[in-house]
Amino acid sequence: MNRRTFLGLLGAAGVSLGASSASHAASAADVKGLPDSGAVLFDATRCIGCRKCEEACNAVNELPKPAAPFSDLKVLDTARRTSDAAFTVVNTYHPAGAQAPVFRKIQCNHCLEPACASACFVKAFQKNESGAVSYDASVCVGCRYCMIACPFNIPTYEYNEALAPRVRKCTFCEPRLKEGKLPACVEACPKEALVFGKRREIIHIARARIMDNPGKYQDHIYGEHEMGGTAWMTISAAPFRELGMREDLGVETAGSYTAGALSAVPVVVGMWPVLLGGIYAVSKRKERIAEEEKREAVAEAIARASAEAEAKLSDELGKAEVANKRRIEVEVKKALEAAAQSQTSGEDKQ
Amino acid sequence: MSDHAATAKTGGGALFTPFNIIAGVIVLIGLGLTVMRFTGGLAAVTNLTDYNPWGIWIAFDLLCGVALAAGGYTTSAACYIFGLKRYHGAVRPAILTAFLGYSLVVFALHYDVGRPWRLPFPIFLQQGTTSILFEVGLCVFIYLTVLFVEFLPVALEWQGWPRLRNLLVKLTMALTILGVILSTMHQSSLGALFLIAPSKLHPLWYSAYLPLFFFVSSIFAGLSMVIFEGSLSHRWLHHKMDQGHLDASVQVVLGFAKAASLVMFGYLILKVFGLAMDNRWHYLLTGYGVWFLVEILGFVALPCYLYALGAREKNLTLIRRTSVLAVLGIVVNRFNICLVAFNWQLSAADRYFPSLGEIGVSVFVVTVGLIAFKFITTRMPVFHEHPDYPDHH
Repeated sequence: MNRRTFLGLLGAAGVSLGASSASHAASAADVKGLPDSGAVLFDATRCIGCRKCEEACNAVNELPKPAAPFSDLKVLDTARRTSDAAFTVVNTYHPAGAQAPVFRKIQCNHCLEPACASACFVKAFQKNESGAVSYDASVCVGCRYCMIACPFNIPTYEYNEALAPRVRKCTFCEPRLKEGKLPACVEACPKEALVFGKRREIIHIARARIMDNPGKYQDHIYGEHEMGGTAWMTISAAPFRELGMREDLGVETAGSYTAGALSAVPVVVGMWPVLLGGIYAVSKRKERIAEEEKREAVAEAIARASAEAEAKLSDELGKAEVANKRRIEVEVKKALEAAAQSQTSGEDKQ
Repeated sequence: MSDHAATAKTGGGALFTPFNIIAGVIVLIGLGLTVMRFTGGLAAVTNLTDYNPWGIWIAFDLLCGVALAAGGYTTSAACYIFGLKRYHGAVRPAILTAFLGYSLVVFALHYDVGRPWRLPFPIFLQQGTTSILFEVGLCVFIYLTVLFVEFLPVALEWQGWPRLRNLLVKLTMALTILGVILSTMHQSSLGALFLIAPSKLHPLWYSAYLPLFFFVSSIFAGLSMVIFEGSLSHRWLHHKMDQGHLDASVQVVLGFAKAASLVMFGYLILKVFGLAMDNRWHYLLTGYGVWFLVEILGFVALPCYLYALGAREKNLTLIRRTSVLAVLGIVVNRFNICLVAFNWQLSAADRYFPSLGEIGVSVFVVTVGLIAFKFITTRMPVFHEHPDYPDHH
């Protein structure tokens, strides 16, 4: 197996794990919508854009006072988002066919399985029984991955803070909830556009309003299932996308998108040493065998060469011997002939 | 002795060389930006906003930095695990590049995160094990340690500490395997970071394959970086190289070009799988689609072809030029995922463009790396063998 097929196999393993995403089933089973946790319903048909909620939020969280007072409703003309100075903002929308502008309040939705909590590498975020997703600034490193992860673009950062910047977002007024009080914005709302209760009750209320007013509302509670469900939910007459709300978020929790990649970790840790060790052993063995074969081949070649040389030598020697013998014989013959000749000639002379 | 003479020649003697002057100016600017960053906060230097919490310090310094430092694990794996001994000459420069690369990644993170002195918190205080970033952090932390130990023999040879050096060299195999495990995990996890935000990343770039894309592309990023870094070193540090290194470097360039070409081809096929799996073809006809095609065809398919051509025709110049294109391609890809295709649905006014201060810090970080690389390679046995340890092959 070469490196590429190997990588291909690894990829196949990782992707099949990603597709199965083992932890997804577990997360849904564990949560079941947290029916007894705190929740809030925002009814966009009731909001009049008075900014009282913004004002109450600003006071409770001791945020800096904005340049324009909260009574200045011109602020609503420009689209705003949450910031380190405003944990909640109300924006104006003009849905197609609507007689009057529609207002929508934006704040942390306090997800049942928050993306920020799943993303945080130091567990600074936590979903509490109260329903609040709380943030612990005392451990926060400031990587801002929570802001990348949040599908609702809620967490904000103190970019102007030099040494102790914090992530800032709506706290669900958790300290007030503990005292038995309502969240400040809910309390301040003059039109009861915000209702606080247990999540189960809030869903009942929302559903009742939709049922009791046929044709008035979209037949959907935004946040009941979005991203695995949120504590803050919205009902509206206009389609949610016309209030700047994403309708393509799906119902999976944020954590389910990364569960597959995380579950590949033990596979990598378990498989790589075995496979790499195996490859190492194979390449080492190949090397050794090649070395051995080389040595053998060399030895054989030497043996063959020396045998050949020896054979040739003895052959040559034999040949030389024969040749020598013949030459000697010839010489002897010649000598004998010469001797015989000289004898006859001597006899002739005599 | 010869080391000292060479040092004098390359900078120890003449202080005001063009390199030193330019590097000095950049370092001064960098120090000024550092003061601004830690007195005025991130807002004093960056264009980061609540919509765009990650800028080029993440896209370039972290994502590109880690990908381009992948030469360390690819080269040492090729040499020690796959038994390609002819690449041995490339291992030390690659390990050094990787070690410096990761050090600079961590260094740069000190500018980006809000409270850098808390960077050990996720590892030692409270572990957010559901976070992909936790995996990245842990792996980078351990791998930086591994790279340090892998690099240490070079410094020990330089300083003459043979016993510890020989002990560490015995660990090579174990460290190499550990390096591959850790690299597989955090290279892929850098891609997995974006899995959590399917609603923010453009569908052409968002894919369940993101971890695989990041891992596979890190392989050819590492190979290309070894070629690219080699060609720079040959130009500026030629006198530091011994005959063994010079002879091996041709083999390295040809072999790595061929390997990079093959891996790029595999990556292209994976990319097509990604499009097909999620049925994202129709996005190709949009503006983002054109840009996606530029990335895939211009910065992956083209270098893939040019590497293959260069390897076949043994054209070293072509291969070295191609490595620049391939490295740029990695930068384009990481920028696309982290910045260009991220938050693609926001209005233009809410999008991000880096400030001069951010660019300044990134240039400063790279310059610090170059200075360290030059300092080390002109003194320590990186491009040449130490006379006392001729047989570290």
